[in-house]
Amino acid sequence: MVQDLGYLKETASQTAGPYVHIGLTPNFCGISGIYETDLGSSMVNDRTLGQRITVTGRVIDGAGMPLKDALVEIWQADAAGLYHSPSETRGSADPNFAGWGRCPTSAEDGVFMFETVKPGRVPFRDGRLMAPHITFWIVARGINIGLHTRMYFPDEAAANGEDPLLAKIEHRDRVETLVAAGESPVYVFDIHLQGEKETVFLDI
Amino acid sequence: MSNHDNGRPETGAFFPRDRSWHPPALSPGYKTSVLRSPRKALLSLDGTISEITGPVFGHSMLGELDNDLIRNFAKPGESAIGERIIVHGRVLDERGRPVAGALVEFWQANAGGRYRHKKESYLAPLDPNFGGCGRTITDENGYYYFRTIKPGPYPWPNGVNDWRPAHIHFSVFGHGFAQRLITQMYFEGDPMIWKCPIVGTIPDRQAIEQLIAALDWGNTVPMDARAYKFDIVLRGRRSTFFENRPEGN
Repeated sequence: MVQDLGYLKETASQTAGPYVHIGLTPNFCGISGIYETDLGSSMVNDRTLGQRITVTGRVIDGAGMPLKDALVEIWQADAAGLYHSPSETRGSADPNFAGWGRCPTSAEDGVFMFETVKPGRVPFRDGRLMAPHITFWIVARGINIGLHTRMYFPDEAAANGEDPLLAKIEHRDRVETLVAAGESPVYVFDIHLQGEKETVFLDI
Repeated sequence: MSNHDNGRPETGAFFPRDRSWHPPALSPGYKTSVLRSPRKALLSLDGTISEITGPVFGHSMLGELDNDLIRNFAKPGESAIGERIIVHGRVLDERGRPVAGALVEFWQANAGGRYRHKKESYLAPLDPNFGGCGRTITDENGYYYFRTIKPGPYPWPNGVNDWRPAHIHFSVFGHGFAQRLITQMYFEGDPMIWKCPIVGTIPDRQAIEQLIAALDWGNTVPMDARAYKFDIVLRGRRSTFFENRPEGN
């Protein structure tokens, strides 16, 4: 016998369910008076540094139908490539940019939208620079464990060409599933959960 | 805000997720998962700074009643109807260390199993004094608590006669975005737990038992509210000693 490692097991995930809005965006679903605003509904203010962009899109199921009950969160670096986090050791991020946003997909057409800034480049583990990207996390009814993915920018072809994560994608025709459509300042990122155009999801 | 050793924030990558412990994406007994689950394999990535970092939230964002669902939607002098309970516990990581400053959000149906949501049509009535959401931030020991009423079971259109066990949804932030977790808490002794297709998406019985809060008699407040204890475990992270060296550790 050897010593027990003594680690705990991570709490298992469960679906966020169809009423995730009650907890995470109560004002969006008509529960007013508990929180002043929904957390993550605004990412920038007048003093935020960097190029303003809009990121919009839909989350689409295996039958081609947009999810009207999904919740999307994004996490990104500021315009200088710094994260607003205690684990950021390279400097201090823009105090007017927290880097995190939360948006439900609309009940009418399933569209989500973030007003944010274009992120700067951040290093991969070995020091090489990654291309500018935004991390996405998607939960919904029918999704048992939150799905992580990344959005890259269509106008960063050179940086995307040397990005260490994109280089790991064995089937090269799937790289484009992580690159948004549209052009500055409005980028369109449709996330396909399943099927021919299935987005690359990450085990991070 | 962070698990600091010598006052320094931790920057190690997270332990890989044990995806045989979590529910798989495709679990046909839970019908909606069929068209909402990826068919291709996930792309594995040892955490980069994009996943090791994550947003933090200050205690100053919390309102006085954010962790009191009995009162936070109630008219002055009134309160929600149902079994008054306290839900409390600690947020820990896999190494057993407390996760301080973790934002914990929760939502639930009322005592009759009715959610306050426009898409919800269950015939059980709304409680005019119950909204169903709350939030808190863990203290330096990773501790959290809130007061609420025990939610009722709830029928849903999956199988012909499927009912959810009484449950409270939890959303938790750790210190890195890779720790992001949404789960559900169930109640000790509920026979509905073992009939539920959503609970049944989890392959391992021990993983299910980890989601069942125990009745906590010691922390029950006499003549007021019973207590349930629910600890939450987030991913642990590696030592920082050899990070940022190309050869790794």
